[in-house]
Amino acid sequence: MRGATPYLLAAIGLALFLGIWEAVPRLGLLPPTLLPAPSQLPAAFLREAKSGIWGDSVLFSLWHYAIGLACGTGFGIVLGVATGMYRPFDWALAWIVRVLRPIPGLAWVPFAILWFGIDQTAAVFIIAIGCFWIVFFAAQGAIRGVDRDLIEVAEAFGFKSGPEKLVKVLFPAALPGILIGVRTALGQAWMAVVASELFGVSGLGQRMQQASSLLATDIVVVYMLTMAALYGLVDTAFVFLQARLLAWKA
Amino acid sequence: MESVIAVEGLGIAFEQGGVRTEVLRGLDLKIAPGEFVAIVGPSGVGKSTLLRVLIGLATPSTGTVRLNPDIKADRAMALVFQDSRLLPWRRILSNVCFGLEKTQLSRVERRERALAALAGVGLRDVVGRFPHQLSGGQRQRVALARALAIRPAILLMDEPFSALDVQTREGLQDELIRVQSASGQTVLFVTHDIDEAVYLADRVVALGGRPGEVKISLNLDVPHPRRRDDVALRHSAARIREVLFAETIAREDWVI
Repeated sequence: MRGATPYLLAAIGLALFLGIWEAVPRLGLLPPTLLPAPSQLPAAFLREAKSGIWGDSVLFSLWHYAIGLACGTGFGIVLGVATGMYRPFDWALAWIVRVLRPIPGLAWVPFAILWFGIDQTAAVFIIAIGCFWIVFFAAQGAIRGVDRDLIEVAEAFGFKSGPEKLVKVLFPAALPGILIGVRTALGQAWMAVVASELFGVSGLGQRMQQASSLLATDIVVVYMLTMAALYGLVDTAFVFLQARLLAWKA
Repeated sequence: MESVIAVEGLGIAFEQGGVRTEVLRGLDLKIAPGEFVAIVGPSGVGKSTLLRVLIGLATPSTGTVRLNPDIKADRAMALVFQDSRLLPWRRILSNVCFGLEKTQLSRVERRERALAALAGVGLRDVVGRFPHQLSGGQRQRVALARALAIRPAILLMDEPFSALDVQTREGLQDELIRVQSASGQTVLFVTHDIDEAVYLADRVVALGGRPGEVKISLNLDVPHPRRRDDVALRHSAARIREVLFAETIAREDWVI
């Protein structure tokens, strides 16, 4: 039951999905404006690509995505590690975290606009918030979960200060847990991209918003698939990187 | 001869939930350069705690630990744990370099020193592997190399072979003797295995009681290589057993 079977079944599943999707508007079960058939999509994609809008939107969104992800992940790791290492710091932040944690990125849009204007920075800010919490909690948990015995090894060999222990043992030992958080953030950040561009910052989200207000649902689907493809690429690259970084795992 | 380390009147007590537990009381111990001292005693007598105090992972409540300042060493002590405690993300060579990263040595010097230490325990050919790719016995030899690489004044060993199967354990005991004889390394070896203690050590110190105290200290003047069934060693082991066993009986009688 191995060999080519998994790939074959995956192909059958995908074909079945596309077949049903194609059949529903064709058989008139739903009007094409509510559900564009997959066969319409290549043409819609070519129109978007030729006009240059698709390329520009992708580049803008990738830029927001990369910077927002980097900021959110960076702050998340730093604060997560710090609160994981130092209890008093964790206690000091505990209620600030509880107040801010449940506020979704979208709720920050008014402030993002007020603080940064209708500007790329505002989009980056919202994406960063979306990633921050995931990575923050992952890093905090990973640091707390580091085997006490390994920390003792660091101490026994003379690495007694916090920074020394962090570099020699805590961070490398916590890395698998931190990377799980980062991988979750990779997906979360794409969701935030759409939200962050809804209010007029150029990118995939803005273009989807425009298309949907014109009922150009085929264009909307083109961008949905674009986003899926970009996520797929980023996630695959990340899994590859992760495997390299964690080659030491059994 | 001047001792490498002089422990005087050492007492260790813990306080947990307002209850004070005295683990060790009034321990005196001097170790001469190149001497191999084994400490035996039942679980909970404070053997491991003593090592933790010496290496600085715990603080004593009374007494002093004095190191001879004339002894030349990179660091005063290195510890080999019961489980190897290698860092799983580092390759073997890098694991042995670990302790050296606290020294002033250059990268190249550290590498050379680590390679020499690994060669010393016969593991020159696994330097590029990760710990999980080694057997338990190999991992413990790497842990020994990691400790020896920093050339400590005293090598502390906390039941280092107790988690291994008999064949591996006996192989590593002989290996330790070989390495120790060749380098003249001073060793303080903790074990609950009396036979292991008398087979390895120049002197065996038996701790017993609660709080733990020295019950007997025996010199073993049998030269290496020793036979495991050597009559003098058997006799010493029997005496240690007698003392520790009498102690246990007395305590259990008292409880009943």
